[in-house]
Amino acid sequence: MFKNALTTLLIWLTAALVSGVFVWLLADIIIHGLPKLSWSFLVEAPENAGRSGGIGPIIVSTVLILGVAMVTATPLSLATAVLLSEFIRHDSVFGRLVRRSLDVLAGVPSIVFGLFGNAFFCIYLGLGFSILSGGLTLSCMVLPILIRTAEEGLQATPNDYRLSASALGMSRSATLVHLLLPAATPALVAGLMLGVGRAVAETAALIFTSGYVDRMPDSLFDSGRALSVHIYDLSMNVAGGDASAYSSALVLILLLLIINSIALSLAKQWLHRSVVTA
Amino acid sequence: MSLFRTDRQLALLLQSGALLAAALVLLILLFLVKESWPVLQHVPLIRFVTDASWHPVDGLYKLTPMLSATLYSTLGAVLLATPLGIASALFSRYYAPSFIAGCYRRLIELLAGIPSVVYGFWGLTTLAPLIGRLHPPGVSLLTCILVLTLMILPTVALTADAALAAVPVAYVRGAAALGLSRWGLISGVALPAARSGITAGTLLAAGRAIGETMAVLMVAGNVVQQPQSLFDPVRTLTANIALEMAYATGEHRAALFVSGLALMVMVLVLVGTAELFSKERHHV
Amino acid sequence: MKKLGIVVTLIVLIGAVWGFLRTQSNEPKIEKLVLTGSSTVAPLAAEIGKRFELLHSNVRVDVQTGGSSRGVSDARAGLADIGMASRALKDDEKELLSFTVALDGISVILNKANPVQSLNKQQIIDIYTGKIVNWKDVGGNDAPITVVNKAEGRSTLELFLHYFGLKNTEIKPQVVIGDNQQGIKTVVGNPDAIGYVSVGTAEYEASQGAAIKLLPLEGIAASVENVRNRSFPLSRPLNLVTRGEPAGLAKDFIEFAGSPQVNDLIEAQYFVPVPH
Repeated sequence: MFKNALTTLLIWLTAALVSGVFVWLLADIIIHGLPKLSWSFLVEAPENAGRSGGIGPIIVSTVLILGVAMVTATPLSLATAVLLSEFIRHDSVFGRLVRRSLDVLAGVPSIVFGLFGNAFFCIYLGLGFSILSGGLTLSCMVLPILIRTAEEGLQATPNDYRLSASALGMSRSATLVHLLLPAATPALVAGLMLGVGRAVAETAALIFTSGYVDRMPDSLFDSGRALSVHIYDLSMNVAGGDASAYSSALVLILLLLIINSIALSLAKQWLHRSVVTA
Repeated sequence: MSLFRTDRQLALLLQSGALLAAALVLLILLFLVKESWPVLQHVPLIRFVTDASWHPVDGLYKLTPMLSATLYSTLGAVLLATPLGIASALFSRYYAPSFIAGCYRRLIELLAGIPSVVYGFWGLTTLAPLIGRLHPPGVSLLTCILVLTLMILPTVALTADAALAAVPVAYVRGAAALGLSRWGLISGVALPAARSGITAGTLLAAGRAIGETMAVLMVAGNVVQQPQSLFDPVRTLTANIALEMAYATGEHRAALFVSGLALMVMVLVLVGTAELFSKERHHV
Repeated sequence: MKKLGIVVTLIVLIGAVWGFLRTQSNEPKIEKLVLTGSSTVAPLAAEIGKRFELLHSNVRVDVQTGGSSRGVSDARAGLADIGMASRALKDDEKELLSFTVALDGISVILNKANPVQSLNKQQIIDIYTGKIVNWKDVGGNDAPITVVNKAEGRSTLELFLHYFGLKNTEIKPQVVIGDNQQGIKTVVGNPDAIGYVSVGTAEYEASQGAAIKLLPLEGIAASVENVRNRSFPLSRPLNLVTRGEPAGLAKDFIEFAGSPQVNDLIEAQYFVPVPH
């Protein structure tokens, strides 16, 4: 009984501590970032090395980079996760090989992805400093996160589903689409959120791949500065850039909040519909 | 394998996808070796350990202090963030009223996306001066560990939360029916059932701590030395690459790719160790 | 989720095709000028580039940051049309041509709370080589000195070392930083720190209320004014570098960057325009 009360206390304290520190951090950003934030800040081009003007082109570049990364990484990771958890035995050689490689990939530092992206996409494939190079580099980076969470989610679905479906003579593909994927949706979404979160916050992998140009991109082959690179440059390299840096950080966080909400509500809808029709 | 043709086709498709994903690691290794070859060609590996210091412009390539800095900071951050993260997940799953739990989860999700630059920025302007008052210079291994802890906490918390959410309801109901206390339910049923998910999340977090670059660059002090205490400034392998890469040419650049290779080797060793542990667990 | 995926895929595919077609169709018209190198020069070059684009609607100026050595090597290898360097060319780089667009100085900075008002050359050398480790030895508080040094490859570091006749291997730093702002933030956050950064940057930050002060060097105050009249001893040119005589667009750009039309941009970045 005493132990129970003690752990309850400890866990509440931890939660209070964690939220305290994070609210401090957020408040800091909001207080410093809010004064500059306005509609024109969001749509205008940066001027005077980012001290004045807005971040319009930078938001567009960021969204394009994220789009490239997620569109290439999601199908690949879903395929790999489904294969690992549903189609091959857990201890098969192929499965172990793939899993091991992914564990390593998950540990590869983002700066190493940056080195690799620079050497492979920019120079070897000749894409140069471009949104495409940056997005593809990020896609490699978030791949293991997406696969790992999707796999965990699939494995956590009750085995009864598979057995009953099999007994009813459903194909594995049908079981997958109608039962397992819907059941694993929360985990898939959590993984996607982690991936987007990590990708949107990435600086190190992008500096050497998508580059530094803060102009509105004409195409995916143009160099585009991501928001986080912009924040880094403003706070580290531009005297008097702190105010814009804070505002940009605030925009980045709001952007993330919006992505989160959309994904969550979509996931809920999809879950609902699947259960009804199944 | 299966009676259905669609299944066989699907399996083939999935296999090629997985193969592509797995081949990425080899591709990365290949390019790292290719780019560091100009230095590896004529500098024996032992010199990366025995050289007097890291001054690549003068042909001195000692990497070991940065290797241990990376190790210490990662270890410290994981040790701090794991209990905090798991406690956070338990809080939002089992302790908090549903409204607070929802808010708390949203907060953590939000934090997962705050760019490392912002953590670094905050650490440099707020945390480092505080620690500097305790013991100068302020930017140090300790600051680095604390900032890393904040950064990887959301990863641990979110994956632990997902793993706990996936614990079958029947287990929890059964435990409740047996009249277990809340802590009894958590320690006896929920945590063991979610263990593999939590371990995976912690490994992900450790990976992120090893790989973090920009925040560490801002708060760790970046002096290449073997730290004697928590208050000593250190330079991690990642910070080393980010600090010098844009400015490096020729053999200096190649030496930085060797830093990248060293990081990869470290990750390989870590993954191997994790594998060993999980094998032992399966045998028991 | 699935539908969302399909929609996003479609949007990006359309975007890619559209972008590809645009670059294809525009190719004969749009000319690109690539500049790489010094992170000190990059923000200035980007601003000059924007104004240059206004005058030449078919030109795109791409500025990528790196370091002076990167700028020099890219220009030499032909990876960039123009390299940027915040230092003069070295002896083994003499086959390249350099064009000075602005001047900048390097100043030693202390926290405002530090009572020390000036240091002579030998004292600074002793502090950076670890012979003096406490402020009380140079007339300050009884507190350990935090030496802030720049990371290898920076031209600011090279100039500092050259001026004081030091080697980087001799320096015993407590903190190593990357760019100027990190140096300023470190000194602001630590009352016992000593560092060195661009004069323009430091002067601007000090005027904005940052808790730093600029130390005079050889009795001459570190200020943009003294860099302008060339009396400040530790100053450097900000250069554009090309392989061989610049032609066409590169020539136009360099001429534009050296003309009085960009003086306001140079001053907005806290550098000193070269007198014409």
